[in-house]
Amino acid sequence: MKNFEFASPQTESEAVGLLQDHGGRTAVLAGGTDLVGLLQADLVAPERVVDVRQIQSMQGVRRDADGLWVGVLTTLDEVMASPLLKPYLSLVQVADAHHAIQIQSSGTLGGDLCHLPNCWYYRNGYGLLAMQDGESLVQTGDNRYHAILGNSGPAKFVNASRFAPALIAWGAKVRIIGPAPDQVEVVPLEYFYVSPKSANQGNTILKPGQLISHIWLPAVEPTHVSATYEVLQLEGLDWPLASASVTLDVEGGVVRAARVVLGHVAPTPWVSLEAASILRNQMVSEDLANAAGAAAVSKATPLSNNEYKVQIAKTAVKRAVLKAVGQLEGGL
Amino acid sequence: MAEERKFGWGPRQDNVLIGKSIQRIDGFEKVSGRAKYTADMNTPGTLYAKLLTCTHAHARLKKLDVEPAKKIPGVRAVYVFPAGDLKPEGSGEIFWDGTLIAAVAADRPEIAEDGVKAIIAEYEVLEHIVDEEDLAAAEAAKATKAVGKNAKGKVEDALKTAKHVHKGYYGVNTISHMCLEPHGTHCEWKADEVLDVHASTQNVSGLAGQFAGPLGIDAAKVLVTANFEGGGFGSKFAADEWGIAAAKMAKETGKPVKLMLDRATELKAAGTRPSGYIDVTLGADETGKIIAWDSHHWGSGGISGGAIPVGGVPYVFDFENRNRSATQLNCNVGPTRAWRAPPHPQLCILTHCAIDDLAAKIGKDSYDVFLHNLEQTAGTAPHLPATYKAEMEIAAKLIGWKEKWHPHGKDAGKGAIKRGLGMALHTWGGGAGGCACNVKIHADGSVESFVGSQDIGTGTRTIIAITLAETFGLPLAGIKVNLGSNKYPASAASGGSITVGGVSGAHRRAAQTALWKIFDLVAEKYKVDAGTLAAKGGSIVSGEKKICTWKQAAMLLGPMGLETKGEGPAEDGLTSSRVGGVQMADVSVDSETGIVRVNKFVAVQDCGLILDELTAKSQIYGGVIMGIAYALSEERVMDKKTGRYINADLQNYKLPRIGDIGEIIVDIYQPDSEYNRGVIGLGEPPVISPGAAISNAVANALGVRVPVVPLTPQRVLAALSKKGGAA
Ligand SMILES: Cc1cc2nc3c(=O)[nH]c(=O)nc-3n(C[C@H](O)[C@H](O)[C@H](O)COP(=O)(O)OP(=O)(O)OC[C@H]3O[C@@H](n4cnc5c(N)ncnc54)[C@H](O)[C@@H]3O)c2cc1C
Ligand code: SF4
Repeated sequence: MKNFEFASPQTESEAVGLLQDHGGRTAVLAGGTDLVGLLQADLVAPERVVDVRQIQSMQGVRRDADGLWVGVLTTLDEVMASPLLKPYLSLVQVADAHHAIQIQSSGTLGGDLCHLPNCWYYRNGYGLLAMQDGESLVQTGDNRYHAILGNSGPAKFVNASRFAPALIAWGAKVRIIGPAPDQVEVVPLEYFYVSPKSANQGNTILKPGQLISHIWLPAVEPTHVSATYEVLQLEGLDWPLASASVTLDVEGGVVRAARVVLGHVAPTPWVSLEAASILRNQMVSEDLANAAGAAAVSKATPLSNNEYKVQIAKTAVKRAVLKAVGQLEGGL
Repeated sequence: MAEERKFGWGPRQDNVLIGKSIQRIDGFEKVSGRAKYTADMNTPGTLYAKLLTCTHAHARLKKLDVEPAKKIPGVRAVYVFPAGDLKPEGSGEIFWDGTLIAAVAADRPEIAEDGVKAIIAEYEVLEHIVDEEDLAAAEAAKATKAVGKNAKGKVEDALKTAKHVHKGYYGVNTISHMCLEPHGTHCEWKADEVLDVHASTQNVSGLAGQFAGPLGIDAAKVLVTANFEGGGFGSKFAADEWGIAAAKMAKETGKPVKLMLDRATELKAAGTRPSGYIDVTLGADETGKIIAWDSHHWGSGGISGGAIPVGGVPYVFDFENRNRSATQLNCNVGPTRAWRAPPHPQLCILTHCAIDDLAAKIGKDSYDVFLHNLEQTAGTAPHLPATYKAEMEIAAKLIGWKEKWHPHGKDAGKGAIKRGLGMALHTWGGGAGGCACNVKIHADGSVESFVGSQDIGTGTRTIIAITLAETFGLPLAGIKVNLGSNKYPASAASGGSITVGGVSGAHRRAAQTALWKIFDLVAEKYKVDAGTLAAKGGSIVSGEKKICTWKQAAMLLGPMGLETKGEGPAEDGLTSSRVGGVQMADVSVDSETGIVRVNKFVAVQDCGLILDELTAKSQIYGGVIMGIAYALSEERVMDKKTGRYINADLQNYKLPRIGDIGEIIVDIYQPDSEYNRGVIGLGEPPVISPGAAISNAVANALGVRVPVVPLTPQRVLAALSKKGGAA
């Protein structure tokens, strides 16, 4: 670990200010559950670490006229306990599925959304794109956990966030602050992630000196149902092999609108319009859910060693749909 | 003296402590954090050492410049390992990712890390081969070596006459030991050039010489201490090059040096269990009796050997007609070390999965085929067929085999989840290891013992205390056990499940010798027949009559008390060897995701005389948990592209948590006939069968074999898609 300055601002604008120095070679510390490991491995080597945990305005969940503002410092435990978040079942299910007391008590939503990829080439020091001599190590290396969709570019890692699929399926937005003192932007979460095209590009639209402060969620209508299905090899402290979150608007048993988002299958959370269109104006049944799953992976381009993830992603979509309408039986 | 005095255990029904469930006597120290492990040693001035390792699978070190490290304030010493030594012409070739190049000792761990980063190492990268399963590729690369071939009977003829023939392919990938406490030492030079080593070791009495040689000092000048140990599993017998490095840097700096491996290096360099893959053909007659076995197996233990030898298959069973051969792949992967019951877990998978598939081919219940062939285990030990039969019956009842079993792939349940049952059996020696000890009875009646053995977490302290307390009729609290120092009488390394027999035999002998002396003194003083005396409940009694208290008896020893020696092993019936053991698994498989969960796991285990039923059962629980780990999720992943051990961390090296384990039912098979055999070791047998039992259960659930263990979702789905889709 490289030595760094440590700052603990009390307000958002202070935080933004502190992030500007050292040419933006600064890092945001939330729960620290991932950042500390990254620092120790020298994968992130900032000149200054800005601990945002003291910032009151970035904590808690507040209602406004047409939705909720969720502070990014909301911990996984708080997601499970919050009465306001309770109707967003697909989110609560993700927090619960971590099955790790330490992570749930200190990990935050913001940290999850900005979590750097778990790609083992990246974590072993080969860079986000894992390029060596102009060649992608992932392409011919061990890509069992890598992308099966959106992998034709140089990025082949999978997005690490576990909450993003559920949040995107709910139509969430993120509030980005900085780099100018009072600069604020609210962006649909769907457009927050990028698949980097070059080594110096990150995997989000965040520029040096920016951070996210809040997540906005639209209000839940009585006809809205949601669910997340994550395929986890181990019962806890594991990353999904693939996951799917769905938010459905169901009236009289018929799906009026659907959002289907897959996780851990592509360099960004993967919005499946194909799956959504299969569901629209139909009654949910096992066959329909199956068809949605098949549609979601119809354009999959598995790498040399991850064909199996196609089947897993398809199952995740099918089961998320069935789970949302209370029709899921079984599953390990 | 009425009857001849012979060493032996007392009648089973008279035991107060032996065979009962007794908590570890050091349990409180451990859970309260008071127990000091090697990693906890921090004597004043201790320097912390960090390692530079090679990150290439095969390379030539062209340049190594450690000077920049030395210039960093707080760095006190830099040590270059033999692999980093470029002196002899032609040296510098590195054969695997994780090879130790240099160590830096500094005032603080992070300064040592800075030092490591400052070292300049330049490599010429060479071609590597890390795929341990791909025999053809290794042959093409000329990276194989035949390691043996032998034959018995007439295999070809037998296969021709066989009613049922099954050809199969099976395998098990390499795993690392993954000790919770990594390998390492704390080395400090004391007055008179004495090297004081705290080591995380399974080999307290055998380590001094290993340090003395390379350091050029007398073994008598090396003090080795290991009071507690965070896991070894067969990988901690040596001083190791990093131990020598710590000692040398301590010498150079005049300060204590602590060098514990980091997690990645622990996984890469400190031991692995070698892989094994087999092509096998079996033939059975019309009754299901196996009459022929024809196999070739291969795998890798690294660049310098260590692959599974030819002799181990078929495992436990042997058949009239049998051909076998083996090939070693010289892969650019880290070296192997003994891993709990080497290499039985692999042999069990390679053999018992094949037998299970043969049973399916015959159209019989695997249970019946195993049962029908038990006579063919008699070659391993004559008593085994009967033991296995009894254990199979118990295990079958506990898991509900007859009610739940269905032919492979014929789970009647709808849905994606399929259930199945599988079994396997195993054997292990576990005879007593060499052990010498002293037992001291102080004049006040307190009892102390000294032995150069170690408690590697298995409960050695506790079973010594039980042995002495039972012999002297005292409470456990009346015994002080001293172990973990090479200044105590020498005892064998703890490997091969030989410790419990070794230490219990020797301590019983020492204790009985002392007790007889005390009986003689009591007999003389109180005018009773020594042959009628017994030590019970803190007193010396003759039949129902109390003669004197233990303290009064001890006083008769005079102010010096009494010290007796115990040795072993001996052919006196206190200890024995060779156990069986049967395990059965009930699993559910999600045929749409490939995820496998163990619902219930039954382990029935014999092990002679049980000293402490609680610690014995703990060994079995632990063995089964380790078994479920390597059966379902744990494996070394060697990336073919970079040649690196790509999952050498605690995130991607997937270990199960308690929620992944399911229900484990342990049943110790202990009729009087087992008690009468004496003490036999148990550390290893229970870890052998889980891989095969679980693989067989998955095959039973799905109707298709997932050939290679661990049974990850990827492998399960691949097997299913080969079969033609979800079951
Ligand atoms: C040993 C271990 C194993 C784990 N295993 C798993 C696992 O298997 N599965 C799983 O799902 N999770 C796992 N995690 C948890 C993971 O770290 C969590 O997802 C957690 O929610 C991250 O939150 P944090 O607040 O701790 O993030 P931090 O570590 O504080 O931050 C994570 C990243 O986000 C950035 N960041 C944080 N907040 C902001 C912000 N407001 N704006 C911009 N950038 C920001 C940081 O700079 C950093 O790069 C594991 C953690 C540990 C320690
Ligand atoms: S294993 Fe659990 S208790 Fe131990 S250090 Fe890790 S998080 Fe803490």
